[in-house]
Amino acid sequence: MSRADQIAGGRRVYGVAAQFDSPAELLAAIRELRERGHRKMDAYTPYPVHGLSEALALRRSALGWFALAAGLAGAGAAFLLQWWTGAVAYPLVVGGKPFFAWQTSVPVAFELAVLLASFAAVLGMLGFNRLPRLHHPVFQYVNWNRITDDSLLLVIESDGASFDADRAAEALCAAGGRQVEILEG
Amino acid sequence: MATLSQPAETPLVLGEVTPADVTRTVAGIVERRAPRAWWLAFAFTGSLTLVFVGMLTYLVTTGIGVWGNNSPVGWAFDITNFVFWIGIGHAGTLISAILYLFRQRWRTSINRAAEAMTLFAVACAAIFPAMHVGRPWRAYWLFPLPNQWSGMWPNFRSPLIWDVFAVSTYGTVSFLFWYLGLIPDLATLRDRARTRARQIVFGILSLGWRGSAHHWNHYEMAYLLLAGLSTPLVLSVHSIVSFDFAVSILPGWHTTIFPPYFVAGAIFSGFAMVVTLMVTARWFFGLHHLVTMKHLENMNKVMLATGLIVGYAYAVEFFIAWYSGNPYERFVFMNRALGPYAWAYWTMVACNVLVPQLFWFRRIRTSVPAMFVISLLVNVGMWFERFVIIVTSLHRDYLPASWGMFRPTWVDLLTLAGSFGLFLTLFLLFVRFLPMISMSEVKAMMASGEAA
Repeated sequence: MSRADQIAGGRRVYGVAAQFDSPAELLAAIRELRERGHRKMDAYTPYPVHGLSEALALRRSALGWFALAAGLAGAGAAFLLQWWTGAVAYPLVVGGKPFFAWQTSVPVAFELAVLLASFAAVLGMLGFNRLPRLHHPVFQYVNWNRITDDSLLLVIESDGASFDADRAAEALCAAGGRQVEILEG
Repeated sequence: MATLSQPAETPLVLGEVTPADVTRTVAGIVERRAPRAWWLAFAFTGSLTLVFVGMLTYLVTTGIGVWGNNSPVGWAFDITNFVFWIGIGHAGTLISAILYLFRQRWRTSINRAAEAMTLFAVACAAIFPAMHVGRPWRAYWLFPLPNQWSGMWPNFRSPLIWDVFAVSTYGTVSFLFWYLGLIPDLATLRDRARTRARQIVFGILSLGWRGSAHHWNHYEMAYLLLAGLSTPLVLSVHSIVSFDFAVSILPGWHTTIFPPYFVAGAIFSGFAMVVTLMVTARWFFGLHHLVTMKHLENMNKVMLATGLIVGYAYAVEFFIAWYSGNPYERFVFMNRALGPYAWAYWTMVACNVLVPQLFWFRRIRTSVPAMFVISLLVNVGMWFERFVIIVTSLHRDYLPASWGMFRPTWVDLLTLAGSFGLFLTLFLLFVRFLPMISMSEVKAMMASGEAA
């Protein structure tokens, strides 16, 4: 967050939050607020809400490319390992079989490709989401324990010095949000 | 798949259930004090686990001769138990990955427990080959690690080393998949925590998850990727396990039908184990509205289908042995059905082929006591299938001079019993400390109106 952020009572404002009871209300509110020009928003939900990424205009996750690269690296490393150990470092005659053959190397290459791609998917998910982290401003929200239970939260995030927290709070109220609260951080 | 797909009129979540009810029901189980019956079960399975530890200690300190393995039966209970436990795990991955890709919404209430079952089954399985090597303190030689003999490496042309990679990858990826699914539910437990200790533990385990739209965007992609990666993985694991046998030249093992036959058998036995465990957990924790008869009936249908595939494989093995005209092949299969281990063979056929036919009847398919007994019998049958494949093929090979018999020792029998102790203890700890139903997935299904 930049230094230009608004100071409210000596504290910086992270954003303004409001609670919604159903995915339909949340999605309607997001559409309304986006029409009124609020662009920097995030929603917090206890389960994945269908259509939420589209409503907030999030880009499709690039994790797939990440996992693909890791998978190819895994397969390549496996072929190299099997070739080098079998044909270079320790060429052992077993039943007259060739020291290296790509056909017999496929199972291990497949397994290492899957292993590395899976790690890439999980660690990539955490990395793109900046997790793990110990704290976040939205955890201050008074009803936060409902947000991982059955309620949904919409936050209009501060976008710098021009951010008007009162105007954002009014907009959230008008869009049907309950328990509107300014989050510091 | 038409019979598996969800008819709109059968609800997957029964009654007027709200998302808050789901949280209360599922999180409540791990937040209340453990019921007395849980402690009794834990005392029993914990004791069995100690038997397991005792038997393994006795084995390691004395030597592999305490088992009944001999020449020619060099693979016996150890490898039977290994293949059995690996197979049990396959249902978990099938439910969490393959049914996810097929959009089978009924998997949602049972996938978490099935995934946990996979992990614990793989843990039990991995112990057996490590002990089977005879000097388990050198089991790390299985991995291609730089070593003091500078330049000695595993033989990658052997399916046994493929197995090391397949099983260790399977265990690791199953853990990642299971943990990924747990993260949102761990955050729910964190936010419900009343004690400092629970706040800290679940705060760390949930990795700071807050369910933001950005989180879910990447999370759902990661979940889809893992499902897509686990699907070929689970098929590869039992195929590679079957290569341990099929790539050899022993009559009874040297068969091209093994990979699909092993995978179908694995799914068959795994679903039997999921039914055994879920029927018990559902009755014990009162989860009838989340794990409905629809779930149980669908699992019984999968058992019926895979049981038929397994029965077909048994028949084809016999046909090919006859059709090949190879006297050794013919002898091995006649010996299976009529030789000294005929009792094991017919136990296998009765449990795996005949008993599941009862599932053709809807009344039996939807009767909890009936499915519980049948699922137990299927587990018995599938253990005997691996025993029959391994022991009957080894004890009569080409030369009558090298024929022998395998008789399990008390150590063999107690080690097998003990592995069940470890498996059940881990499962009891899981249902006690972690949410056994995926709350976020059930809620998502309810919110999108697919539950009713």
